[in-house]
Amino acid sequence: MMNVPATLRISFRALRVNKMRSALTMLGMIIGVGAVIAMLAVGTGAGRKIAEQISSMGSNLLMVLPGATTSGGVRMGSGTQPTLTLADADAIRKECPAVQDVAPVLSGVAQIVYGHQNWSTVVVGTTPGMLTVRDWSLVSGRPFTEQDVKSATKVCLLGKTVVDNLFGDMDPLGQMIRIKKVPFVVIGLLATKGQSPQGQDQDDSVYVPVTTAQKKLFGTSFPGMIRIMMVKAKNTDDLAAAEKQINELLRQRHHIGPKQENDFTVRNLTQMMETAQESAKVMTLLLGAIASVSLLVGGIGIMNIMLVSVTERTREIGIRMAIGAKTWDIRLQFIIEALMLSFIGGIVGICFGISGSKILSILAGWPTIISPLSILSAFGFSGLVGIFFGFYPAYKASLLDPIDALRYE
Amino acid sequence: MAIIEAQEITKIYRLGDVDVHALGGVSLTIDKGEFVAVMGPSGSGKSTFMNILGCLDKPTGGKYFLEDINVGDLDRDELAGIRNKKIGFVFQGFNLLPRTSALENVELPMLYDGIPAKERRRKAMEAIKSVGLEGRDNHHPNQLSGGQQQRVAIARALVNEAPIILADEPTGNLDTKTSGEIMEIFVKLNAESHITIILVTHETNIAAYSRRMIKFLDGRIIHDEPVIRS
Repeated sequence: MMNVPATLRISFRALRVNKMRSALTMLGMIIGVGAVIAMLAVGTGAGRKIAEQISSMGSNLLMVLPGATTSGGVRMGSGTQPTLTLADADAIRKECPAVQDVAPVLSGVAQIVYGHQNWSTVVVGTTPGMLTVRDWSLVSGRPFTEQDVKSATKVCLLGKTVVDNLFGDMDPLGQMIRIKKVPFVVIGLLATKGQSPQGQDQDDSVYVPVTTAQKKLFGTSFPGMIRIMMVKAKNTDDLAAAEKQINELLRQRHHIGPKQENDFTVRNLTQMMETAQESAKVMTLLLGAIASVSLLVGGIGIMNIMLVSVTERTREIGIRMAIGAKTWDIRLQFIIEALMLSFIGGIVGICFGISGSKILSILAGWPTIISPLSILSAFGFSGLVGIFFGFYPAYKASLLDPIDALRYE
Repeated sequence: MAIIEAQEITKIYRLGDVDVHALGGVSLTIDKGEFVAVMGPSGSGKSTFMNILGCLDKPTGGKYFLEDINVGDLDRDELAGIRNKKIGFVFQGFNLLPRTSALENVELPMLYDGIPAKERRRKAMEAIKSVGLEGRDNHHPNQLSGGQQQRVAIARALVNEAPIILADEPTGNLDTKTSGEIMEIFVKLNAESHITIILVTHETNIAAYSRRMIKFLDGRIIHDEPVIRS
């Protein structure tokens, strides 16, 4: 059997003889590998972004929305009928075993003022459960307590965007701000959360005890009314159970007969997000598959050139056979040549793929993630392409009759 | 001691629907150290016979023993191994690899014999020296004259220490003076290294360098006698 360094040298020389041809053949691989890496990077980036948004929202989430009113046979949108109360939220937390925590929400847009700065933001009335439900933490200060909710104290937690707009570089802890002219003490600062899956800035918000919101900010004609509830199930497997338990409990509490429609809706947010993530995954695969086609085309280009090369070098093959090259010596020589084309093309393609996805994320603003796995698999795939498409020409070469090959002009 | 023993060798080609009897039962024994010239007109079967002797082709019938190995029993790769170790080829058209230095051309047979790089280099340099091409080892074939190219080819045939050299009209593309020089190399190799040389030629003055002359006609040996050197 022939030794590898010598074969490598022979192959390298053969490729160098036809520089232009080799370069063009490699171009097929370069584009293929580059496309695969860039497309996977875009896909993975999108998937990661969705995953980040899901985790920023909190995991294992259910949302309970109030139901729709029907007035004169015309059904209004969900949420038009104020059917959920703080008591419902408490009941769910206490009576549904699959539920870990509940955060009632009564929110509205309000003008807030500190000194001579003012800012319009979302003010959310809720309970301490909110931090658990949303997997949210404080960077400083303390959360409000059950006691705060009970006695409707005028304390608040600020999101990062609000802090930046009202306080600049100052420390807001302990300061007094006015929400709808009502004075509140800042007791805690929320950690940065970023965008919600819907594209809202989750840091542009102020959190106050729900009772305070009901009494001082968004007074309603229904006592104890809340807008929505966010519910966290104990774990992912409990989501369905929690949904069922909430349904049963609320139907019972709202005195809904067996034939009547619910006056509330339970939505599985986590499931929705997982669907989104699943579709991102499918998109990644699709992009990768489309890009792989160009890799395949590149491989066919290699096979084409190798077939030409074998024909051109029939005499050389004859000489080699006459002086003792065995079947596999000839095969290896041409396979290694094809491999070299695909590997060099692959390496250059990886560089192009990486820089291409960087350029994409800069120009188009898409998040791209180049995983080592995608590089490795693109590289491995290009090697496979080289072997697969190099084998037939090499096989053809090895079957030549030495006498005919020597006579070939 | 017989190094080559051919018994009743026949070769039938099929050209379309017609069977062509290229060899019609050739028997021949060549001893170690002989210098044989094979002559005959085109189509006489001498090339076919040489291809069989060179293990490039297999006979249709008959037996061929090379150093007591029955070549008919060997497969493609085993034949390649025999060609590599037992036979050195010298062709009319030189058949060197283009764009490859003289040294690397000479190294080629050792490449297929798994000899390590260092030893390959040393032996190739030695062979190049022995054919009088010192200092030309880095030249490519297109930088060498016909005679020099044929010397490289001879060095390549020698390098694996094959006991037999098959030369197929080695002087066919060379002028008279260069032909003489090339033939002197063969004579020297035969006399000093006792290499068995089988030479195909058209020219009587080239055949005159040998010690035994075989003539082919219509697929048979019609003439086999020693050459008396003047």
